[in-house]
Amino acid sequence: MSLLSYLINGISLGSVYAIIALGYTMVYGIAKMLNFAHGDVIMVGGYVVFVLVSGMGLPPLLAVIVSMVVCTVLGMVIERVAYKPLRMAASPLAVLITAIGVSYLLQNVALLLFGANTKSFTSVVTIPAISLAEGQLMISGETIVTIAACMIIMVTLTLFIKKTKAGQAMLAVSEDKGAAQLMGINVNATIALTFAIGSALAAVAGVLLCSTYPSLTPYTGAMPGIKAFVAAVFGGIGSIPGAMIGGILLGIIEILGKAYISSQMADAIVFAVLIVVLLVKPTGILGREIQEKV
Amino acid sequence: MFMKKINKTTRYNMITYAIVVIAYAIVMLLGAAGHISSLMEGLLVPLCIYVILAVSLNLVVGILGELSLGHAGFMCVGAFAGSFFSMCTKEAVPGGLRFLLALIIGAAAAALFGILIGIPVLRLKGDYLAIVTLAFGEIIKNLMNVLYIGRDEAGFHFSMKDTLALGLSPEGKAIINGPQGITGTPHDSNFTIGVLLILLTLFIILNLIHSRDGRAIMAIRDNRIAAESIGINVTTYKLMAFTLSASIAGIAGVLYAHNLSTLTALPKNFGYNMSIMILVFVVLGGIGNIRGSVISAVVLTLLPELLRGLSDYRMLIYAVVLIVMMLFNWSPKAVELRERYSLKRLFHLTTKE
Amino acid sequence: MALLDVQNLCISFGGLRAVDDFEIHIKKGQLYGLIGPNGAGKTTVFNLLTGVYKPNEGIIRLDGVDITGKKTIEINKAGIARTFQNIRLFKGMTVLDNVKAGLHNHYKYSSMAGIFRLPAYYRVEKEMNERSMELLQVFDLEEEASHLASNLPYGKQRKLEIARALATSPKLLLLDEPAAGMNPNETKELMETIALIRDKFDMTILLIEHDMKLVSGICEELSVLNFGRILAQGETAAVLHDPQVITAYLGE
Repeated sequence: MSLLSYLINGISLGSVYAIIALGYTMVYGIAKMLNFAHGDVIMVGGYVVFVLVSGMGLPPLLAVIVSMVVCTVLGMVIERVAYKPLRMAASPLAVLITAIGVSYLLQNVALLLFGANTKSFTSVVTIPAISLAEGQLMISGETIVTIAACMIIMVTLTLFIKKTKAGQAMLAVSEDKGAAQLMGINVNATIALTFAIGSALAAVAGVLLCSTYPSLTPYTGAMPGIKAFVAAVFGGIGSIPGAMIGGILLGIIEILGKAYISSQMADAIVFAVLIVVLLVKPTGILGREIQEKV
Repeated sequence: MFMKKINKTTRYNMITYAIVVIAYAIVMLLGAAGHISSLMEGLLVPLCIYVILAVSLNLVVGILGELSLGHAGFMCVGAFAGSFFSMCTKEAVPGGLRFLLALIIGAAAAALFGILIGIPVLRLKGDYLAIVTLAFGEIIKNLMNVLYIGRDEAGFHFSMKDTLALGLSPEGKAIINGPQGITGTPHDSNFTIGVLLILLTLFIILNLIHSRDGRAIMAIRDNRIAAESIGINVTTYKLMAFTLSASIAGIAGVLYAHNLSTLTALPKNFGYNMSIMILVFVVLGGIGNIRGSVISAVVLTLLPELLRGLSDYRMLIYAVVLIVMMLFNWSPKAVELRERYSLKRLFHLTTKE
Repeated sequence: MALLDVQNLCISFGGLRAVDDFEIHIKKGQLYGLIGPNGAGKTTVFNLLTGVYKPNEGIIRLDGVDITGKKTIEINKAGIARTFQNIRLFKGMTVLDNVKAGLHNHYKYSSMAGIFRLPAYYRVEKEMNERSMELLQVFDLEEEASHLASNLPYGKQRKLEIARALATSPKLLLLDEPAAGMNPNETKELMETIALIRDKFDMTILLIEHDMKLVSGICEELSVLNFGRILAQGETAAVLHDPQVITAYLGE
């Protein structure tokens, strides 16, 4: 029974990774950059809900919506101010280093505003836990909401990309920026939209993460962010179903590793997965290969 | 014609060494006159460590052109290897020789990890390489936290579980103690040794850059495909730069370990945050600019300490400066503006000497 | 015996035959042209010859040695050097260092000699400088030796790329559209330089070119490529008057 409950916890954690990984994978697919600050947007989302719910007593659902709006705006501002000017830069390192700078900026602004103390986050989930198999298997409300949210987001996003004009534009831009532009697609707007969606999802992920693991610090987003990138690479960067598969597999691997191997080595195990994936199949489970043109 | 050029690089190198020596002389004079606070004194060795780390990271980032976010991991390997050696030979070998050997062992251990990690990692490029080096750095840090090594009459005992699992005899002693790390490393580091190691680092890296190997490394940085087309073995030279950089980070680690009584692998000292801080030094000093790394490591470490009121804002300032620097130096618009107003010489901080 | 002997060379990308049954025989000291419309597969042929791509079929022999499927580095060591259509210089390095990088496999000293400045370092570096300056003089670049490669004007960048390729002491030099982007004056000057290289270095040259005038001016033999296949092959004058070639170039 314990294996089953670990698996469920793993899927729950993996669902959070999957939601974060979507942000990475969409941005990577379209802007061809690793948005190092994505993880810290999660942390911002967490703090917004914390302030609104614990500080101002707003209803949780409203707080989540406000948090999504804040993160969306934040994501778009970051893209406009820090990344867009460097899109044509000669050095590919430039934008990555800038992203690292943005990540640090967000962490340290949060540090100044809220201090280094861990804030205890009140879960926004009100669904009671389900007890199965005569109480041997408990599934918390947070777990149910997290997994459900992940499913809904995945389906919605897939439909959005397949059925809407904006979604098709995203596909076109990720395929070939120049050609998309020639076809009359507003590339800048499409990239901005991608950051907006990714950041809104990061807010959701932040709330879900903090509801399950209720401690919030300025560094809360950093590690899950990096792990979600691992998940995105694992599933195949640029692929939406890949982010989902990668995220959930990684969540399961992490929880099982913690339970059966060593709790201190859990992070190391996750990173080992990344290394093995990149060495064995650098394109990930569902990724495609791109060859350099000579 | 080319004689002039050689003189120029020699002069550049000499000035760089001179800056370090003069800075050292000033600190020693101030110290002798009693003008250095104990707080400043405590900063001197860490300062040397940061300079060595920044210069060695610049070899990978600036000269090889790959972004490594695992530099602190190599420092960690060097620190533990060197400290472990010193703990084992504390009674047997006299201080000076022991520290020299510890430095060599730390450098060798870090170089070994550099090769082991470099072989798979260097097949990757750009963002992937950055994230995988970060991953390796974190793995190294994690491993150090579950590593237990002890010694008794029967020899060394090794475990990944806890001290009890070592099965030491009553006389035995645990040397590496998992999360508690190593306690009681002899205090062999000092400012003079630190400065000597900075000079050694500069000597090795500056000479390497201006040699056949350095040209090959920079050729790979500038255009991998062209480098292959003229017969340069990309893998070999990438690995050379990466390993050398790792082993020098290992030396910095040994210096670090012998400056503290307790050595533990924490996110603060060996985590990726440390790697990123070193990267900040490199970027602000100018990517590929070795002298710039020395200066920026010193300035960025001292500044927040000198302006106490600012120390809370230290990382915030780093972050803002990092973003502004990158936008200013690399965004095509800024490049165009700079060229139009030809203030290039005034502002272009990342010019390769 | 031919210096370069290529038979039945084929490569496909995802079902598309980019180069199909390509063959070429170049004698030592020859100046040979490879022409064809855009997308005919000319650069692909170069990439196959230099090991950037591995052929699906066929044999490439250089001076009697089979180099099919070898790595780029090994092929360069075997004696093929090239330039690129989109110039690929080492932009962060000086003009002199670009050429010295080309000397990499011919003037050697150990890493230790380099780092610790042992006598070998000074001796070999001096030889490298002398040899590089000789090469730069051929291309009239010696004044710019200490400039950054990226600061050179376009025409000189093309020349520097040729100098760098020659520094590897190749048996066969592949030039990929050396006159692309040059004005008529520069093109004329380049033609003279190419002819000079052949005579001075006793070099064999295979040249991709769009500019018919340049080709007819200096190449003794031509191969015309269209849709990955050889359309015509032989002496320049004859090939240029081939009705098939005229159709391919001028359209129906």
